[in-house]
Parts: sequence; structure tokens; C-alpha cells
Amino acid sequence: MSGISLRAKRIVKNRAFLALCLLSTSATILILALLIASIMAQGSHFLFNSDALGAVFAHGELSQLTKIIRWDFLTNFASRFPEKAGIYAAVIGSMWVCAICALLALPLGIGTAIYLEEFAPKNRWTALIDFNIRNLAGVPSIVYGILGLTAFTRMFGLFGSDKNSALSFGPDNAWWHIQFPFGQGLLAGGLTLMLVVLPIVIISSREALRAVPSSLRQASLAIGATQWQTASKITLPAAIPSILTGAILAMSRAMGEAAPLLVLGIPVFIANTPDNLNDNFTVLPFQIFNWAGRPQESFHQLAASAIVVLLIVLICFNGVAVYLRQKLRKPLA
Amino acid sequence: MSALSAKAASSAVELARKGVARSRHVRDGWEFAIRGLLGCTALISIAITVGIIAILLRETVAFIQLPEIELTDFLFGTTWSPLLGAEKHFGIWPLICGTFLVSVVAAITAIPLGLITAIYMSEYATARKRAILKPIIEILAGVPTVVYGFFALLVITPALQGACNFLFGAPIFSGYNAGAAGIAVGIMILPIVASLSEDAMQSVPRSLREGAYALGSTKFDVSVKVVTPAALSGIMASCFLAITRAIGETMVVALAAGGLAHMTLNPADQVQTMTAYMVQIFLGDAPAFGVENLSSYAVAMVLFLVTLLLSIIGNILLNRFREVYE
Repeated sequence: MSGISLRAKRIVKNRAFLALCLLSTSATILILALLIASIMAQGSHFLFNSDALGAVFAHGELSQLTKIIRWDFLTNFASRFPEKAGIYAAVIGSMWVCAICALLALPLGIGTAIYLEEFAPKNRWTALIDFNIRNLAGVPSIVYGILGLTAFTRMFGLFGSDKNSALSFGPDNAWWHIQFPFGQGLLAGGLTLMLVVLPIVIISSREALRAVPSSLRQASLAIGATQWQTASKITLPAAIPSILTGAILAMSRAMGEAAPLLVLGIPVFIANTPDNLNDNFTVLPFQIFNWAGRPQESFHQLAASAIVVLLIVLICFNGVAVYLRQKLRKPLA
Repeated sequence: MSALSAKAASSAVELARKGVARSRHVRDGWEFAIRGLLGCTALISIAITVGIIAILLRETVAFIQLPEIELTDFLFGTTWSPLLGAEKHFGIWPLICGTFLVSVVAAITAIPLGLITAIYMSEYATARKRAILKPIIEILAGVPTVVYGFFALLVITPALQGACNFLFGAPIFSGYNAGAAGIAVGIMILPIVASLSEDAMQSVPRSLREGAYALGSTKFDVSVKVVTPAALSGIMASCFLAITRAIGETMVVALAAGGLAHMTLNPADQVQTMTAYMVQIFLGDAPAFGVENLSSYAVAMVLFLVTLLLSIIGNILLNRFREVYE
């Protein structure tokens, strides 16, 4: 009798726990829904043209279809007047700085991963490098900003100050103009973001390489291929889908970072797009930060609209990553 | 053997043939160069760490050596008022207190929710439900932190104020407060707790579960009394790494937590965290060179050391967990 009641108690407990699980899981989903809904609610004003929306959906005037989106918001520069403000400079700046970051971080990160997985002897030194990388991933991004400020924006004061550089090449407006120190230019921003995402790229690339079955490597080495030939022709091609997935996720992290660039002192208002690697730029997250921090309601709406654009870009990034993971990954061994 | 490994073998044969054709000497030289180059890229990560420590140390020492600063005051003082003209005080504790408060609220939000979600995904959910849940958690992880800042300032704070107005007849929460910022940071770190803990639970061997089921355990018994203890060091590692992120989080607290550094543990009050102070300085509220500017480096040093310590503990726990099961 008591055995049965004990069993019943445990079954009830199990049910109750399952209910708790469902509750907390749905809370997680609810939070995401609330996040998206609140941003859409605030952001719709500057993204959509309510007249055109009404015309299309209430009266079926399809000619108004392209006017639904307020393209001005995407093509205008930032402004004191909310109705005239746009995110053009921020979008272009974000794209440039991410591209530079990717060009720097991916070769370095993947190179490090290849060295650690394929070449490095398992000794105390490589263990130290490994440990170091894992802990670098936990360093707050604002601290990387300080490193970037000193090493790239001011270059330790070696070439004069960042406002008055002592060493530069080319005329100021040429696309190949470059100056030392880098100041608040694209190159300083890209390098700083590289510092932030490098540990992430290394860790995800290493995991991708580790997932390649060692039988492939052994087959290659046994026939007389060198370590580099094995790594470049056998292991890397097999791991590249997962490496790319990790790389894209790291780039979306870079796309969303504002703190390290804020430390560099990048401007908020900027009325031109960068001409060269030393030109000033601003990024979308920083623009959002600035708008959201203002007291006026309409700037909050601008911030929400910019968030919608940023999230759409990131969702595209993630979509590509998921696609790569699903389509390119072949079963190995 | 699969098609791919057959392909691997055939291309290796081809490579070997090329290798024989080329002089072995040249090939070894090439190999050596590549190895050196890749080794150099690996050293960059060490250089980054050394760079961070060197810069922070240099500026922190310069800060401490300033005539108006006393080391004991910095390390033990409870007043932080660097921008108040004549009455400047540099005692780090109010900033640590603010950071602690936000992180505790974040941990209280994220850890229970994250752990239960992890248990559900690992033990209860069917493959199909997992396939829906996992991307949702990944989306939460991919949202930029500035978005959570916006959410904290313009959604969570009004919601908390509204709730308090309804319950107690007064808003209680101020326009900037540690509670809303903490909740937003908690949502931000929830995916870290959930996915790392789920990974840990997934790598607990099936045999342990099957043993427990064979003895008549319910799913609750298996997941709470067998899998969770077996994955404990992995779960703890996830919590440590998540809290590390919470402490270093910048944009959320800069937007929503306020700018007043004082000793309080009341989540309805505004607080200033270490990162928020750095934002305040670097946004240009203080002259570019001088005591305020240097103080931000000293704060960064403290922040770096705290996060480094937590991250080292987290990684040691993670390594221990991996050693047991992999």
C-alpha cells in the first residue's frame, strides 16, 4: 500500500517538474516574443509609411506597394530632427568595419586553429596558449576597446597624437591615404573588433577541425603527405562548412558590438561615408545606443527602427550560417 | 569506407607523387615556413593578453602615483565621486557594489530559467521540440547587447514601474535602475547557461540514465538526481562563464542602470557599474588626460582581474568535466 502511494507521489512529482519545465521554456519563448513585439511596435513609425500601408491593405492599391517602406530612413544621414534622421552612415560604417574585421580575424583565427589542432605538439606551451585563448573569450569587450585605443588609435604615442599624426601617406582624400596612428578611422575600428572576435573564431574553428575524423588524417599521412599537405588538402576542406558557420556567427557578434568602438571615440553624427581606411565612421549599434539614451520619445522610435534593421541583417547572417551547416556538411567516415 | 575518405586517400596519393617529384629538401623548407607562420599567428593571442595587461598595469600605476590618489583609498574607499570638482573621491567599492547588484539580479533571472530549460531540452523534449527550441535560444544569444539595453530602458523599467504602481500605489523603481538592467543582462546570459548546461547534460553517458531507469526511476529522478549531479561541474562552469559575461556587460548598464555610484543593494535604485563608469569617461564627460581618465584604466584593471578570475575558474571546471566524460 505504502509502496503504491510512494510511487504515486513520485509520478506526481515528475508531472509537476514537467509542468515547471514547460513553464520556464515558454517563459523563454515569451521573452523573445515580447522583445521582438516591443521593438516592432516602437520601430514601425520610421520604417513604414502608414498612408501607403492603408492604401495597399485597405484599398488594394498595389501601386503604393514600394512606398510602404520609408526608404528615407535607410538613405538619410543622422540628424537632429527625428523625421529627417536616417542610418545610412551607420549601415555603411558597420559593413566596412565588419569586412575589415573579417579579413583580419578569419585568417589569423583559422591559422591559429590549424596550428593548434594539426601542428602543435601537446606540451605545456600549447596548453598555455589554449588556456589563454579560452580566457580571452571571457574578457569584456570594453577592455579590448582600451587595448585598441592605445595600440591602434594612439599607437602608444609613437607617431604623434591621433588628431595630429606625424606619419601619413597619400593625399587626405585619396582612397589609399593612410596615416599613423590610425585615429578613429575604419582600420582602428576593424582591428579592435578583430581583437574581440579572434578568440571566438579560434575556438569555433578548432572545434570544427577536431570534428574531422582522424582516420582521414592518418590515411593521408600514411601515403606520405606532409602535415601541411594533410591540413590544407584533407582536413581543412572537410572542416570548412563548420568553420564558416562559426566565422559568420563571430561576424554577427562584431556587427553588434558597440562598447569597444565607443572607447575608441568614434563619432555619432557623421555626414559622409568613409573614403579611405583612416576616415571616420560610425556603426549601427552605437547609433542605436545614442538614440536610445535620449529623453525624447521620437528618438526612441528611431532607435527601435534601427534595431529592426540591425536584427534583419543579423538574421540574414544567421540564416546563411544555418544553411551552410545543413547543406554543406557531409557525413564523414 | 565512405566516398569522402576514398577521395581523401586518392588525393593523398596524388600529393605524395608530387612530393616525390619535387625535391624533398624544398618540401621540408616549405613545411617549416608554414609551420612557423601558423605558429606566429598562435602567438598573437599571447601578445593580446600581454598587451592588455601591460597597458592596464602601466596606466594603473600612473593613476596610483598621482598625488591626489591613495592606494588604500582606492582599494577600500566607499565613495566614488570623480567628477565632483573639489570633492573628488576614488574608492572603488561603489562601482563593485553596482556591478555585483546587476550581476546578482542577472544570475537570479538567468540561472534557474536556463537550467530548467537545459534539463527540458536534454531530458524531456522530443527531437522535434528540441529542433524548435534550440534556434530560439540561439536567436536570444545572437541579439546585440545594445538591443537588450533598449529593452531594459524602455520596456522592462516601465513594466516594473507599472507593476509597482498597481501593487503598492507608487512606482518605486526609478527611471534608471539596477533591477531592469539586471533582468535584461539575465536574458542576455540565459542562452549561455542553457546551451552550455545542455551540452554538459548531453555528454553524460547513456548508461547512467539507463541504470536509473532500470531501477524504476521517473524522468524527474533521472534528470535531477542522476544527470544533474553527473554534469555538475559542466553546469557550474556554464554559470561562471555566464556571470563573467554579466560582469563585463557594458551597453545594457550604460543605457539602463544610471550613472550614480553609491553603495546600495536595492535593485530599484540607480547604480553605476565599472563598465558604465568607463563608458561615461570615454564618451567624453571628462578631459582626455588627467585623473578621471586614468581612473578609468584602474577601474578597467579591476574589471579585467575579476572577469579573468571567474573565467579561469569556469574553464578549470569545464576541463575537469571534459576529463571525466570524454
